[in-house]
Amino acid sequence: MTVFRSKIDTTSASYQTNHQEMLALVEKLQELNLRAPVRSAKRKERFESRGQLLPRDRLVRLLDPGAPYFEISNIAGYLQDTDDEEKSIPGSTIMSGIGFINGVRCTVVTDDSGIKAGAMTVAGGYRLKRAQEIALQQKTPFVHLVESAGGDLLNYTVEGFIAGGSLFANLARLSAAGLPVISILHGSSTAGGAYMPGLSDYVIAVKDRGKAFLAGPPLLKAATGEIATDEELGGAQMHATVSGLAEYLAEDDSEAVLIAREVVGRLGWNRHCTIAPTPSFHEPEFDPDEILGVVPVDYKKPYDVREVIARVVDGSDFTDFKPGFGVSTVCVHAEVYGMPCGLIGNNGPIDPDGAVKAAQFFQLCDQSDTPIVFLQNTTGYLVGKHYEQGGMIKHGSKMIQATTNVGVPRITFMIGASFGAGNYGMCGRGYDPDFCVTWPNASTGVMGGEQAGQVMTIVAEGQAAAKGVDVNREQLAMQEKMLAHLFDRQSSAFYTSGHMLDDGMIDPRDTRKTLAFLLATVSEGRQRTVRPNSFGVARM
Amino acid sequence: MTKLHRAFDSVLIANRGEIACRIIRTARNMGLRTIAVYSDADQFAPHVAAADDAIRIGPAPVNASYLLIDNIIAAAKKTNAGAIHPGYGFLSENAEFAQACQNANIIFVGPTPDAIELMGDKARAKRRMIDVGVPCIPGYQGDDQNDQTLKNEAGRIGFPVMVKAAAGGGGKGMRLVTQADQLSDALSTARSEAANAFGSGFLILEKAVMAPRHVEIQVLADSYGHTIHLGERDCSVQRRHQKVLEEAPSPVLDETLRRKMGEAAVKAAQDIGYVGAGTVEFLLDSNGEFYFLEMNTRLQVEHPVTELVTGLDLVEWQFRIASGDALSILQEDIEISGHAIEARLYAEDPANEFLPATGNIAYWQAADGVGVRVDAGVSTGSEVSPYYDPMIAKVIAHGPTRREARQRLTRALKNTKCFGLTTNRSFLIDALENSVFAAGEATTNFIEKHFPLSRSDHADLTSNAVLVASALLFRDAEAKMSARAIAPMVGLNGWSSATKIKSPYRLCYNDTAFDVTLTSLGANRYETQLGEKHAILEVDQQNEATAHCSINGENIITHFHCPVGAPVNSRIFISIDGRDFDIENLNAIPAASNEQAGEGAITAPMHGLLAELFVSKGQSVAKGDRLAILEAMKMQHEIFASIDGEIVSVDATAGDQVAAGAILIKIEAIADI
Repeated sequence: MTVFRSKIDTTSASYQTNHQEMLALVEKLQELNLRAPVRSAKRKERFESRGQLLPRDRLVRLLDPGAPYFEISNIAGYLQDTDDEEKSIPGSTIMSGIGFINGVRCTVVTDDSGIKAGAMTVAGGYRLKRAQEIALQQKTPFVHLVESAGGDLLNYTVEGFIAGGSLFANLARLSAAGLPVISILHGSSTAGGAYMPGLSDYVIAVKDRGKAFLAGPPLLKAATGEIATDEELGGAQMHATVSGLAEYLAEDDSEAVLIAREVVGRLGWNRHCTIAPTPSFHEPEFDPDEILGVVPVDYKKPYDVREVIARVVDGSDFTDFKPGFGVSTVCVHAEVYGMPCGLIGNNGPIDPDGAVKAAQFFQLCDQSDTPIVFLQNTTGYLVGKHYEQGGMIKHGSKMIQATTNVGVPRITFMIGASFGAGNYGMCGRGYDPDFCVTWPNASTGVMGGEQAGQVMTIVAEGQAAAKGVDVNREQLAMQEKMLAHLFDRQSSAFYTSGHMLDDGMIDPRDTRKTLAFLLATVSEGRQRTVRPNSFGVARM
Repeated sequence: MTKLHRAFDSVLIANRGEIACRIIRTARNMGLRTIAVYSDADQFAPHVAAADDAIRIGPAPVNASYLLIDNIIAAAKKTNAGAIHPGYGFLSENAEFAQACQNANIIFVGPTPDAIELMGDKARAKRRMIDVGVPCIPGYQGDDQNDQTLKNEAGRIGFPVMVKAAAGGGGKGMRLVTQADQLSDALSTARSEAANAFGSGFLILEKAVMAPRHVEIQVLADSYGHTIHLGERDCSVQRRHQKVLEEAPSPVLDETLRRKMGEAAVKAAQDIGYVGAGTVEFLLDSNGEFYFLEMNTRLQVEHPVTELVTGLDLVEWQFRIASGDALSILQEDIEISGHAIEARLYAEDPANEFLPATGNIAYWQAADGVGVRVDAGVSTGSEVSPYYDPMIAKVIAHGPTRREARQRLTRALKNTKCFGLTTNRSFLIDALENSVFAAGEATTNFIEKHFPLSRSDHADLTSNAVLVASALLFRDAEAKMSARAIAPMVGLNGWSSATKIKSPYRLCYNDTAFDVTLTSLGANRYETQLGEKHAILEVDQQNEATAHCSINGENIITHFHCPVGAPVNSRIFISIDGRDFDIENLNAIPAASNEQAGEGAITAPMHGLLAELFVSKGQSVAKGDRLAILEAMKMQHEIFASIDGEIVSVDATAGDQVAAGAILIKIEAIADI
């Protein structure tokens, strides 16, 4: 037992300031989280008049009451639909997450047809794709609640068309990997979308509402001149009795959801995953809510990342690995909800000692099959003559190699700065961690905006000096400012999360719960035995 | 005095339900081997489990099992039973049965066949009592059963008149007639009920004493002519001549009247050479005049109240007397201590004319506490079938004063967990809490005068019940689902990484739908919204069936049960302060694609025999017309037209055994022209 002794004074001015500033960001996150549900709920009467449930209500009824739910890519598409920060709706026309259906951990995607009638957007496409990848990697059944107006023809791009193909390929991969794909046809799923049910293992279609056809009446008329009704071409009843595209016919949304629960329940999915029972554990000695006051929003202000770890791990109890070596790189062993993990955090830039310490730590975690948690807050690897000569590049590379190639699950939290190769060594998105989650204060970039501006100014000055000309000071100042803006705008967590450079943004106070949920997810995924087949299950 | 030696070491209990269990309890305490009998419907009943031995006596219907003398005697022989205890009901007052026991050399725990026969014939009994000088109600108990004779006699006695089955008891075949023109109908229905229930359509007439009290005297007599009484029981609170609440002592008897009535009862018993435990029933009017009503030559349902105030075990004395023991207690030894009240918990629907209910007892747990006794014949999973009396249990409380006994009984009823079917529990509580009953002033018209109560004041209770139901359903699902998960993480309950999840509940109670949204706040706290009502709900679960809830700080003790079986999480039974709520979770029930019975569909109100059918296809009927008679639970239920219209189909025929809810007749409304 080595319970951490916190040095945080919750009555201090700096704690209060941190708390206030972080809370403002959290409130912004909460407000963004509510935008899509509120917008979608405006269509409630419309849905009710059609005898339908709002997409979010379908989802809630599908999930087990009270079971935890992790929303994937909750900020996806923010500032992609519009530059207007006030009007942009994060989440796009898709809801995706990991939740429980009849006790089975599932990846669930719900078309939010309350927004733009569920039309597929670029961000929505990426969100769907990421959910499929997660299902594939974490070996969960994949459930899709379909109701989509289809592709957004007004914003058509050929790249989007080609990239969209991977969404269908993934369904085929899931089925072949032995992961059941279950779709509920709540509404239309037309043209390309028709392959959503087509490539599903189980299809539940809602009577009178669920539709799937390659060409609807207008396109059919345009293409061949044939005149036919919706129901004839792809109605739920037709698919359940004639074409065989649907396995189950539901009276309404509510019944469809109950059928889906039944289908998942009868998979007996949890028979094929044996996990050692988690031992009992203690909550942290220090309140996880205090994270808001512990962490300065300004990443330039230093703090001890152990204060964060103490508010995340069981009993605030951890074993500090090589605490006297590479001191600004903090590696610890601890448990979260009884699940062992190795955590790495940064108390400053990574130096050669820190890099080799981390590389060794990762290999040890790999050796003992212990998931690694990256609490990423680094301005990069140390630069300068001393460090370059000390082998910073080769030592940093060792860390990056280890980060990349460990076989154990990796979960990254972007909790502050993420600059330069530090992003790589600390398992940024490019390193395909199992999950990458961000706090709202995180800041990401190849370098800081200020530095980028200054770099270009120094380069320009150098070029001018070489040519023997005077520099235009005014122009340089303007360029420096523009560059700073270009970098800083893209470095904000809201921007990066909107561009899906992570798997979602959380309230820092939820870090412990999120980590517990994700550790359980990756551990289930690693332990699960599946029965893959070559081509996916063919629909007969 | 020659001492009889009739000792036996085993007893067959020719009964079922709570009374069989109760008799077995004493028999075992006395070291007797106990033998239960059962019909096919009772193979797994508690009385079978309680006995040392058990033997099947036939199929479910009573006239093929519990009423078949030959089968019971055969069972007793086969199991080498030394004695037979008949309990109450069934063959307990059947002289032929007592005789058959004697013939088979098996001791019948009860009086002689002669005494049973005499008292079983109401007319003869009354004539005999008049001869002995026991006060009787003026009436007619002649052999001439001609309708005209009966009408003339009724006229002589003067209305109101009570029509009774001569062989009857328990209110069956009994009708109150207030005017001459109602007599014919009353005679025919009473006669048919009597014939069905007792095998004899013989009727007697009596002057109806209005708003009297029903006071009965318990007697004990040994085989040597020693007879004592154990004081009275007041059973004035009756519904359709079925006792509902019974108490001892009576709130209105003083020592003098008690002695007078006791002496009359002892005289009646002694006169006929009565042996064993018996009860002499009287009507007591407001002037303290009492009239002999009848004598029950068996153990009474309500005997526990006498046991609690006298400290005697009546069943033990029945066994001792039957084995030839002399009464070792004298009249002056009998001391009445405190007060006891019994309530009969029935599977029946007070809101629907107390129609008997059938079904499965999804959860049963008797109340306990100081002074509380529960005689039950059911357990969790028991079936209340249409074949037998729908009494579930007797809840009895004893206290130093009547007030305490009443409070203890009310509390015990509120804490009785009986879920799965409709019961009269809240009605019993209302009756106990009624100021007239509390004052000890209830007479036999108490229920018709004070019930049904207006239920409008329970709106707030209903919304509380609905809110509590949503949280308990949520928890039930949460527990059931997380038990299926691989590694349930209790600390993450209700957590979502982005927006809070609001769970919608559409709950249905009493045909009204309530929309509730519920958000888990973690740690057994919930935020709920029902219409305008916003509430923070906390649940502190005590055990599997009890939770201490609070709604915005108001404490609500809730008993509940979520029945097992599909669809999961679709129903919850809630009991708050003795009020029962059977609440459905519509969101967990798949939409019904089957056509629903329309308003013109006439369904069987319960399982039973379709005794008579008065209409045929094509016939026009007016709303309220009598369509059929369903016979169930030995009573006749008339079925009326629900709308004006034409009979478009008759889906059953007279003589059919029909299931509750089965469509019998369809009426199509006549379109307005």
